Amino acid sequence: MATADLTKRGALPNPDVKKYEDVNKAVLQVLGRPGKGWWVLFSIAVAGVGVFLTSWFYQIYKGIGVSGLNAPVGWGVYITTFVFWVGIAHSGTLISAILFLFRAPWRQAIYRASEAMTVFAVMTAGLFPLIHVGRVWHAYWLVPYPNARFLWPNFRSPLVWDVFAITTYFTVSAVFFYLGTIPDLAAARDHARGIRRKFYQIISLGWRGTDREWHHFSKAYIYLAALATPLVLSVHSVVSWDFAMAIVPGWHTTIFAPYFVAGAIFSGVALVITLAVPMRKFFGLEEYLTVKHFEAMAKLCLLTSMIVLYAYLTEYFLAWYSGEPPERGSFWNRVFGHYWWANWIMLTCNGLVPLMLWFKRVRRSIAALFVISIFINIGMWFERFVIIVTSLSHEYEPWAWGLYRPSIVEVGILLGSFAWFGFWFLLFTRLLPPVAIAEMKEVVPPPRRGKGAS
Amino acid sequence: MIFGAKHRSGHQGFFALFEHLDSTVDACKALRAAGHKGFRAYAPLPEHELLEEGLALKHSPVRVFTLAGGLTGAATGFAFTSWTSMDWPLVTGGKPILSIPAYVIIAFECAILFGALSTVIGLFINAGLPNFRPMVAYHPECSNGSFGVYVTAPPARAAEVKEILSSHEPAELREEPEGFDV
Repeated sequence: MATADLTKRGALPNPDVKKYEDVNKAVLQVLGRPGKGWWVLFSIAVAGVGVFLTSWFYQIYKGIGVSGLNAPVGWGVYITTFVFWVGIAHSGTLISAILFLFRAPWRQAIYRASEAMTVFAVMTAGLFPLIHVGRVWHAYWLVPYPNARFLWPNFRSPLVWDVFAITTYFTVSAVFFYLGTIPDLAAARDHARGIRRKFYQIISLGWRGTDREWHHFSKAYIYLAALATPLVLSVHSVVSWDFAMAIVPGWHTTIFAPYFVAGAIFSGVALVITLAVPMRKFFGLEEYLTVKHFEAMAKLCLLTSMIVLYAYLTEYFLAWYSGEPPERGSFWNRVFGHYWWANWIMLTCNGLVPLMLWFKRVRRSIAALFVISIFINIGMWFERFVIIVTSLSHEYEPWAWGLYRPSIVEVGILLGSFAWFGFWFLLFTRLLPPVAIAEMKEVVPPPRRGKGAS
Repeated sequence: MIFGAKHRSGHQGFFALFEHLDSTVDACKALRAAGHKGFRAYAPLPEHELLEEGLALKHSPVRVFTLAGGLTGAATGFAFTSWTSMDWPLVTGGKPILSIPAYVIIAFECAILFGALSTVIGLFINAGLPNFRPMVAYHPECSNGSFGVYVTAPPARAAEVKEILSSHEPAELREEPEGFDV
């Protein structure tokens, strides 16, 4: 592949990275001694994990009654946050697998961090069904096995599909992430001394970079990417069917699968921006995560934001066009009912604020992107809240309508889940190379003597 | 370490470290032209020029593992859902006992899961990972910015190997009395 051609398409935008050695040096210095800032953030994360566990243990001790969940709103903050984190997980696989197959040359710098984000986001999301079921000691009932009367679970239920989808997604994304790091862990091993060297020696599985290893590795990587691509699209579709298969007004629509997938990628890319901005600053990776990379991500945000906004408007239109009183009532309630503020936060953050990304100056301003990405994160959490809570609170029969208010325990678990995610992400930035070393070298021109036949 | 290094008895080992991609490719071509087999090239990245031109590596059997795993997964998913439904036929929601469209989702997820895991198994088997043997015939620069070539040869051909390697201007040429299988 001609390097000049790649540069035109967005790779290697900074001429400062000239040699393979530069990549090792810049990325591996991150793994050195953590600075003060890291310890401050890490302490905050540990404290947040404390809040998370305390709230959860309190709920286990007292019972699920300490949450605000009750008829008719049986799904609240927990399921909202579950869908939020599953959505966040999507951008990692999108950038690492789909953009890999499409040969987008800007993905190299960003994909390791976003893939790590995927794994940790699924780890966070996976806790929420366990929190939500209340009696967590019965959580193994989720596993499909026959009950005491030898009856198997009902495989026509989307909740069972979800168990399969989420466990497959976690396993495959963790494997894909780990496999991609192996050559870089070997680079870290060759750089490190003492106990760290032993650690990297073991987790790099003794990788040596031989022709045999690279040959099979690059092929295996392509096949894994090809498997992960349909998987990432299927997972959020299956999550959306948890809702769309039920005959609840506001849920029972065919638009849900693509609408959820677009929203997932939207929120995921936004969180990649939120995390990449401080990472690049703290670790001095400005040469690797350049304005061009951020602009490419901003364009992806803009595209998915347009899809999501279109889906909102389609929902409103079809609720009116259906002529169904419950469907019309449900959407009227969303926009002007008790939870009007949640709906307007959603529309503002996901539909209006990202419109600024039409301007090139905004797309190329890292500070502006950081602020917009936080708005998007908030908006996407509220989108799930609007879909889940307002629909359940306003179904068919007026006497069965009811309101839901999250309890302090639910808020503690929601905020704690960010700390849990941050805890793992901070550990990641210190233990594993946060930028893919071997893949960055693919966009650096190889050293040539320039005399030989080749 | 768990295992000792594998000696190749009666062979000498030569490790050449190259700074340039083209000299590495040329050295590999020259070694192949002289009839040497089973030598190893080292690189910090999957460089296609080296793998395909220099070493003429062809298809990787990993893809067979992917296909077999995917098909096994799909079959398992269908078999599992169908068998459990037939085991105690119970009509729910007026749907057929064998609700194929619903089972496609389970079969799909199983196909991806089994396919991915068997791809990894295929990679480990073919690439010989994990490899916790001592790091003989290795140079830490090979994960940084340089390329390497490791050849073993019986004493009769040692001079020829040395000649080929040094004619491509290696940054470093290491000669070891014992050869290893790597």
